[in-house]
Amino acid sequence: MSAPVTVYVPRDAAALAMGADAVARAIEQEAQRRGQPVTVVRNGSRGLLWLEPLVEVATPQGRVAYGPVQAEDVAALFDAGLLQGGAHALCHGPTEEIPYLKRQERLTFARVGITDPLSLQDYTDHGGLQGLRRALDMAPEQIVDEVTQSGLRGRGGAAFPTGIKWKTVLGSPASQKYIVCNADEGDSGTFADRMLMEGDPYVLIEGMAIAGVAVGATYGYIYVRSEYPHAIAALQEAIARARQAGWLGEDILGSGRRFDLEVRKGAGAYICGEETSLLESLEGKRGVVRAKPPLPAVQGLFGKPTVINNVISLASVPIILARGAAYYRDYGVGRSHGTLPFQLAGNLKQGGLVEKAFGLTLRELLFDFGGGSASGRPLRAVQVGGPLGAYLPESQWDIPLDYEAYAKVAAMIGHGGLVAFDDTVDMLRMARYAMEFCAIESCGKCTPCRIGSTRGVETLDKIAAGGPQREQQVHLLRDLCDTMLGGSLCALGGMAPYPVLSALDHFPEDFGISAARAAEPAA
Amino acid sequence: MRQREAKSDLSSSGGARGGDLALADAQSSASPSIAAAARIAARRKDEPGALLPILHDIQDELGCIPPETVPHVAAALNLSRAEVHGVITFYPHFRSAPAGRHTLEVCRAESCQALGAEGLAEHARRRLGCDFHATSGDGAFSLEPVYCLGLCAQSPAVMLDGQPHARITPERLDRLLDAALQNEKEAVQ
Repeated sequence: MSAPVTVYVPRDAAALAMGADAVARAIEQEAQRRGQPVTVVRNGSRGLLWLEPLVEVATPQGRVAYGPVQAEDVAALFDAGLLQGGAHALCHGPTEEIPYLKRQERLTFARVGITDPLSLQDYTDHGGLQGLRRALDMAPEQIVDEVTQSGLRGRGGAAFPTGIKWKTVLGSPASQKYIVCNADEGDSGTFADRMLMEGDPYVLIEGMAIAGVAVGATYGYIYVRSEYPHAIAALQEAIARARQAGWLGEDILGSGRRFDLEVRKGAGAYICGEETSLLESLEGKRGVVRAKPPLPAVQGLFGKPTVINNVISLASVPIILARGAAYYRDYGVGRSHGTLPFQLAGNLKQGGLVEKAFGLTLRELLFDFGGGSASGRPLRAVQVGGPLGAYLPESQWDIPLDYEAYAKVAAMIGHGGLVAFDDTVDMLRMARYAMEFCAIESCGKCTPCRIGSTRGVETLDKIAAGGPQREQQVHLLRDLCDTMLGGSLCALGGMAPYPVLSALDHFPEDFGISAARAAEPAA
Repeated sequence: MRQREAKSDLSSSGGARGGDLALADAQSSASPSIAAAARIAARRKDEPGALLPILHDIQDELGCIPPETVPHVAAALNLSRAEVHGVITFYPHFRSAPAGRHTLEVCRAESCQALGAEGLAEHARRRLGCDFHATSGDGAFSLEPVYCLGLCAQSPAVMLDGQPHARITPERLDRLLDAALQNEKEAVQ
């Protein structure tokens, strides 16, 4: 009997949603039937999501990819010599050579899709824990300085320098401090947090432990949205194993330092992705936004100094500590250092995750990676940065993806999600949806958001109805957007106007007005 | 008899000990839902920020958070009933009445809209004969909107009883719903 061949079938929700469990079962059954031993490893996803379930086979020449594989394809794949990496219509050759993957710069996602997400051995074999080990030998100020020097900025969307946030917490003396991970990834078009938590949970745990050691916090919470049951399960299992291995607990890695953490489950409220609302929710209250100041770094969870960072920010810390600030800082352009996992979604042929240094363009992502529209029709608008991000017309697709360059055109990169629409999209309808979404998800604390969003829906309905009042209503809408932009307490009300105004500015024809009329400032 | 007196004395003086005794009483309540909720609350009430974890546990066990359990959760955490009610109603995930036998969540966010989610939502409404936030007449399916399942590269997506399904067409949705009903029949037989 020959040695078992390792076959990888992802356990990522994106693969499960396309039938990966049935594929894994079919492979095991087929192998047994043929007397060809296999070891099936349930890895994370490589992020080539249009190919899911993407099955990989370990061969002496490296891993060979097949996808999208359905359970009914398995027998034919075995006939074609699946276990030797044999040729088949679904075969894409060596995984690492697939251009979509080969052209990426995977730092934060270095292990995702390669390892068994829950294997401690896999994690350390692929460079895990190097960052934490180095941090444990450093003074807290040095760790914070390293993160500051790396140029890492908040990947949740606000792009605030992570090191500065940590420095504030380090400098706030308290009997207890907390590390809170914001894993309430509610933006449509984003799934990087989910993929990372399901595909490499230990890197997040390591990042949080480093943050704890750096600022003097001994406890952490990961607040995950209830819509991500697989991520919650993966994290809980990973935390239990990490604790068992002494990576967490009273004496992390034998250093005498203490850090532990737990997962808390959200309950379907989009607003809890806003940091102060998330803290309220963790405290067991309605997720109502807090006024700032005080900053969470000074008075955060349970009134204590709290580092609150997005999943990707925290998961980028281990490689910064392991390789040094300069290594990370050298990626990117301008003040946007490092890499961002871009998420290609919506009407694209090749949706998925593309981790690249800042500075590439939307056009490269849409066409070189995304392969153009899934429908075959011309692409018309791309929403970047989630439901509160602007819609970009083709004239803006060559702007380099860089926080400052995007801010200049009243757009935002946010969490790096982009949703593409073809020419059948009705931009008035998308603008209305932005207001409607804001109305549904508003926490109700401030008036511009709570009432403004509903008035926005009504105004857009009046514009849609047409008639002589239309231009007046457009003026009214701009005025309302201005109030929301300037008067809201948080980003929900404060940024919901971005998709609305960008739709109005770049696609006035969908509002039944000429470009010249649309541009007229509100009187 | 002596025990009853002691209890009334403690609870009239207020404070946590009276609440603890009341909670112990509630755990042996004749109402199974009150007993379950009291047991969960007693187990978790000392965790920091315990309300959401307690509500999740209750809903996971009972399928919803029955209104009669609210006073007991409130007492365990030294909160008012209004505060607990306020939290339950703030979060869309929590429900006060049981869902249907299956829960179908249809994503209505932008990425899914870009690939026909509105048509899919309309199809789901017609097929189930109910609107969102409601349950089909036969009690089989509750229809809920969801704003993103994180499957945006494979839109449109739905979740059926916690299992994700991507690239859903009206025909595939019908097959999923039929399969759920078929499984029920087989389970009965």
